[in-house]
Amino acid sequence: MTSLAGAKDTEMVEKHTGASPDRVIDIEKLSLTFETGDGPVHALSDIDLKIEQGDFVSFIGPSGCGKTTLLRVIADLEKPTAGKITVNGVSPEEARLNRAYGYVFQAAALYSWRTIASNVALPLEIMRLSRSERQERVARNLELVNLSGFEQKYPWQLSGGMQQRASIARALAVEPDLLLMDEPFGALDEIVRDHLNEQLLQLWAKTSKTVAFVTHSIPEAVFLSTKIVVLCPRPGRIYDVIESDLPRERSLDIRETPEFLRIAHRVREGLKAGHSYED
Amino acid sequence: MSTQTVSRSRVDIPALLAWFIVALVVVGLFCPIFRPDFRVMDVPRLSLCLVILAIAAVRYELGFMRNRFGDLMLGVVTAVAAWLLIGTVSNHPGDAALGFWALTVAAWASAWLFVERLASWKSASKTTERLINLVIPALFGLTLLVLWQIIVTGAGIPKVLLPAPSEIWLRLINSVPTLWADFRQTFLKAVLAGYAIGCGSAFLTAILVDRVPFLRRGLLPIGNLVSALPIIGVAPIMVMWFGFDWPSKAAVVIIMTFFPMLVNTVAGLSASDSMQRDLMRTYASGYWQTLVKLRLPMAMPFIFNALKINSTLALIGAIVAEFFGTPTVGMGFRISTEVGRMNVDMVWAEIAVAAVAGSLFYGLVAVIERKVTFWHASVRG
Ligand SMILES: Nc1ncnc2c1ncn2[C@@H]1O[C@H](COP(=O)(O)OP(=O)(O)OP(=O)(O)O)[C@@H](O)[C@H]1O
Ligand SMILES: [Mg+2]
Repeated sequence: MTSLAGAKDTEMVEKHTGASPDRVIDIEKLSLTFETGDGPVHALSDIDLKIEQGDFVSFIGPSGCGKTTLLRVIADLEKPTAGKITVNGVSPEEARLNRAYGYVFQAAALYSWRTIASNVALPLEIMRLSRSERQERVARNLELVNLSGFEQKYPWQLSGGMQQRASIARALAVEPDLLLMDEPFGALDEIVRDHLNEQLLQLWAKTSKTVAFVTHSIPEAVFLSTKIVVLCPRPGRIYDVIESDLPRERSLDIRETPEFLRIAHRVREGLKAGHSYED
Repeated sequence: MSTQTVSRSRVDIPALLAWFIVALVVVGLFCPIFRPDFRVMDVPRLSLCLVILAIAAVRYELGFMRNRFGDLMLGVVTAVAAWLLIGTVSNHPGDAALGFWALTVAAWASAWLFVERLASWKSASKTTERLINLVIPALFGLTLLVLWQIIVTGAGIPKVLLPAPSEIWLRLINSVPTLWADFRQTFLKAVLAGYAIGCGSAFLTAILVDRVPFLRRGLLPIGNLVSALPIIGVAPIMVMWFGFDWPSKAAVVIIMTFFPMLVNTVAGLSASDSMQRDLMRTYASGYWQTLVKLRLPMAMPFIFNALKINSTLALIGAIVAEFFGTPTVGMGFRISTEVGRMNVDMVWAEIAVAAVAGSLFYGLVAVIERKVTFWHASVRG
């Protein structure tokens, strides 16, 4: 399996050799229990999930159902208590050390002593990229999230939504093949959100990135994804996996089509069922 | 007008002060000013003093010239009154009577009124605002000095108990070479060397403690123990180890400054929150990269806290340590010998030098702190 680590575009590797070469994330019977002061919390239970190269997977579910925890397990920020997980065919830790992914946190987590530009440059400094390369990537990604002109501002001089956009630019600047995004657009207004959704979709279509995306918005999930994972809480587990047959090239108008509404309906049903577990 | 009525519904301090001044000036008018003999020349001077204070207060009450010019006039009048009071009382040391004290209190109240008015200047430009923020504490200190001067001479307090500021000032300017030599010995050598070595080594130790976790349990309690050692016990031992000259005092300063710096730096290094650290983790950042790019910047407010505390501790330590054996120079040495000779004004001159040096040192560290931690919520305001 490890021999396939860097071979994401080796076409000659047969699909049946264990893991598929295109398999970015492979989760089997994964569980995670937090031991807290007042008893164990079953954040994740018996998760089985496969994500292929180029997938756009959305996770949706009621608050506290383990979406963030699942993303953190993939990013090696949390260790599962049972089950198996591989990222790019290797353990999450190895994948993290290979800088295989970019992570957008639920909050912006910018460093307040750095300007916006140097916040975006932070991962690039750690990767020891050259100065010119850093400058080029910072400019390009700030442009992408519409923050050109704010390079020399400090995070505390920006609105919450602008901070969140800067943190997205920071994750994109790493140019990872795998993007883990935890409610990245939660703090933004509808229009900006639509705009960034389109930008993200374009970027994804252009670069064949794999995206794992947490959201609370059904239209956002349906609009963006090739696969929608509906989770339900207590214990956090997968309730439904919906493969979307919408075309890869989409515009915002697609939200009016019957197929779109059909998928949205199915997601809503799943969410309702998830919520009913809470009572 | 409406805003004024709002503020008047509470206690209107300026109005109260103005009436208070008028009342005291009336007392001053009808009570004896100095006890046994009364010189002719004092009459015009004090009556002038009375008149201007009264005008200053009544003017405010009548609402006449209630603007910046009026406020400045009040300041000038107060200064003139204070100067007149100091001048007359120096001719009658120890003879001040009720009328004089009433005028003194009136002058003090009008200084208060002046500061009260200054504080209410809402200015558009940032520089004037900053200037006012500097002027107010300066005026406060000046008022204290003037009161000290008037009370000590007026009540005839013996010099050994408390010399007047003017006497201390005279002593100070007449012994500049001695004071400079003492300053160099104690501050420029012992304090600065001890401070730099103490804070620097504590900083490095903190990083070591952070890197090697078991040291935290071993070293921190020992550091705690050392910091709890009484300086009075440590200083003679340091003198035995490092001799009479400044290195033994620097050693005392090191012992005093080490622990606050160590504890603060260790606390500061764990000040980053888990999301900030997770972020570094997702970049596969190494220990030193995380230290330099995240944890040290986050620790800066803590580190500067220690540097500020230590700036005053170091001076105290060096001065007290000199009580236990020095060559015949140094601020602590001078204080202990001049007290023995009843030269209290020299002791006060040394205290003044120490106070100024200590404040400047502290202020310098605070200015650097503002530059370095500009991003911190407590600074960016
Ligand atoms: N470090 C932790 N220690 C203990 N319990 C935790 C910890 N992190 C998460 N949990 C628990 O795990 C469960 C899942 O949390 P998680 O943050 O993954 O939810 P979420 O789906 O991301 O919710 P939201 O939509 O509100 O962000 C919750 O019940 C939470 O209380
Ligand atoms: Mg979450």
